Amino acid sequence: MKLASDTWLVFQRYFGLLMHNPAWIAAEVVQPVLYLLLFAPLLKSIASMPGFPPGGAYNVFVPGLLIQLGLFGSAGVGFALIAEVRNGVLERFRVTPVSRTALLLGRAARDIVNMLIQSTLLILLSLPFGLSINILGVLLVYALVALIGLVFASISYAVALALRGEDAYAQVVFTAALPLLLLSGVLLPLSFAPGWLRALAAANPLSYAVDAARAIFNNRLGETSVVEGVAIMAVLAVLATVLAARSFGRAVA
Amino acid sequence: MIETRQLRRTFKSRRGNVEAVAGVDMCVEAGEIFGFLGPNGAGKTTTLRLLATLLPPTGGEATVAGFDLRREPEKVRRRIGYVSQAGGTDPAISGRRELVFQARLYGIDPAEARKRADYLLDLLELSAAADRPVGSYSGGQKQRLHIAMGLIHRPSLLFLDEPTTGLDPQARARIWDEVKRLQDNGTTVFLTTHYLEEADALCDRLAIIDHGRIVAEGTPDELKRQIAGDLVTIGLHGDGQEAVRLLQGEPYIREADFAEGQLRLRVDHGERSMPAILRVLDGAGLELQSLSLTRPSLDDVFLRQTGRSLREEAA
Repeated sequence: MKLASDTWLVFQRYFGLLMHNPAWIAAEVVQPVLYLLLFAPLLKSIASMPGFPPGGAYNVFVPGLLIQLGLFGSAGVGFALIAEVRNGVLERFRVTPVSRTALLLGRAARDIVNMLIQSTLLILLSLPFGLSINILGVLLVYALVALIGLVFASISYAVALALRGEDAYAQVVFTAALPLLLLSGVLLPLSFAPGWLRALAAANPLSYAVDAARAIFNNRLGETSVVEGVAIMAVLAVLATVLAARSFGRAVA
Repeated sequence: MIETRQLRRTFKSRRGNVEAVAGVDMCVEAGEIFGFLGPNGAGKTTTLRLLATLLPPTGGEATVAGFDLRREPEKVRRRIGYVSQAGGTDPAISGRRELVFQARLYGIDPAEARKRADYLLDLLELSAAADRPVGSYSGGQKQRLHIAMGLIHRPSLLFLDEPTTGLDPQARARIWDEVKRLQDNGTTVFLTTHYLEEADALCDRLAIIDHGRIVAEGTPDELKRQIAGDLVTIGLHGDGQEAVRLLQGEPYIREADFAEGQLRLRVDHGERSMPAILRVLDGAGLELQSLSLTRPSLDDVFLRQTGRSLREEAA
C-alpha cells in the first residue's frame, strides 16, 4: 500500500537525520533524568498531604510526565519543517508522486518513536524509586502517548506551514501549550485545585489523557477514565492529521 | 509537451486580488529548450509552479507531458522533473543519499535507485563530492546536484527555475552544457531566466512574460527581427539627405535617416542588404568612410515589449 510504504520511507529519512545528531541523543537521555532528579524529590513530601491521589508519588508523577512529554515533544517539531520550506525541500517532495499524507505521517511517526524512547527511559529510571507498572499498562500508556504525539505534532506542523517563520511559530505554539499543560494536572494533581480551575480543566482534552494515564499507572485499566482519555485523543488525532495532511498538500510558497 | 489555454492564477491578498498569471497561452514542443524570460515579479515562477502541479490554477487549461494538469496531476508528476530556485536539498545530507531518496519517492526500488544515483553523480562529475553533506558544496556543484535530482526518474520534461542565478560564469557555462546534453538525449527543457545571454545561447524558443501575460513568443532570431531589424551605420562624406532619399525607395530598407555625418539604416537582413546598399551609394558617387552592422539584442526586444530594460533590472 502506497501510503504505508511512503510513510515508512519518510520516517526513515527523518529518523536517520535524528540519529546523526549527537546533540539530540544527549538531550534524549538528559531530559528525563533532569525531571527525575530535580522535580520528583519535591513530590515525596507532597504525596503524604490529604487530597493527593493514591498510588504513591511516582505512580502519580510519572504518568503526568509522560503526557507532558507528548505535548512538549511535539511543540518544537515545526522548526525543522520551516527550515525545509525555506530550503525548498518540501516543494521538491511535493513535485514527486509521494503521498502528501505520508509526508505528515512519516514525520509524526518519527516524533512518536522519539517520545516512546524517552518514555521508556523515564519509566526504567523510575523503577528503582518505587514506580510499579505491568507490561499491559506500559503498552496502554504508550498508545496514549503516541496518540497525543500524533495530535500535537500534526497541529505543530500545520501551524508551521501556516506561519512559515520561526519567531511567530514559537510564540503561537508555546503560548498555546502553556495553558494546556497547566490545566491538565500534569505537574500537580487537579484534586488540589479550586472549583473554577477544575471546571476550566474539564474543557482541556489533555486533562482526560492525564487522568487516563494515572488510572493506568494505578492498575485500574478497565476504568471509564481510561476509555475516555484514549477515545478523546483518538478522535482528536483523526481531526488533527486530516487538517495537517491538507496543509502538506496545499501550496507552500 | 506543454500546451496552455488562458492559464490563470490569482492570489488573494489584503489589498484585493493579484493576478500573478493573467491568461497565458503557449505551446512547447517535445525536444525543445524553451525559455521563459521576464523581470522579477513578472509571473515566471508562478507559471512554472502551475505547470509543475505545485499550485492549482484558478482558471484556464493546460496539458503537460501528455496529461491534463487539473484532472491528472499525479500522472503529470511522474513525467516531469522540477528544479526550484531554492534547490530543495537538506544541507546536512550527502548528495548521494538525497539522490537515492529522491528516486525512492518515485517508487524506484533501492538497488535501482543506487545505480541511477551513481550514474548521475558520475555524469555530472559529482562523484568526489557525493558522500559529503550538500552544505559543503560549491554553488555550481549544488546546482548540478539539483539537476541530477530532477532527472533521477528520467522525466520527459524538466523544469528549471533560474538555473544559473548566482553562479560564476564558469559554473554557468557548465550548466548550459548540461542543459544542451539533456536536449541531445531527448529531454524537453523549460527554463526561466532573467539573463538575456542565457536565453540567447540556450533556448530554441522564448516567451517574454510581463505582468502575468506573454508579450512575445518565438525563436531568439524571430523575436529580434520582429523588433527592428539590423542596424547598418555608415559614415558618409557628402549629401546624406540625398542618400536617404535614394535608399528609402529600396525594398529592403525599413527606416533611414542621416544625422551628424552618420547614415543609420534599419534593414531586415543586414548581411544580405549591405552589398545592395553599397551599390546604391556608389552609384550616387557618395564616399564611404566607415561601415558597421549591429544586430538587435534580446534586450532591445525586451525593452520594446515591456518598456523596461532587463539590464537595468539586473543592475
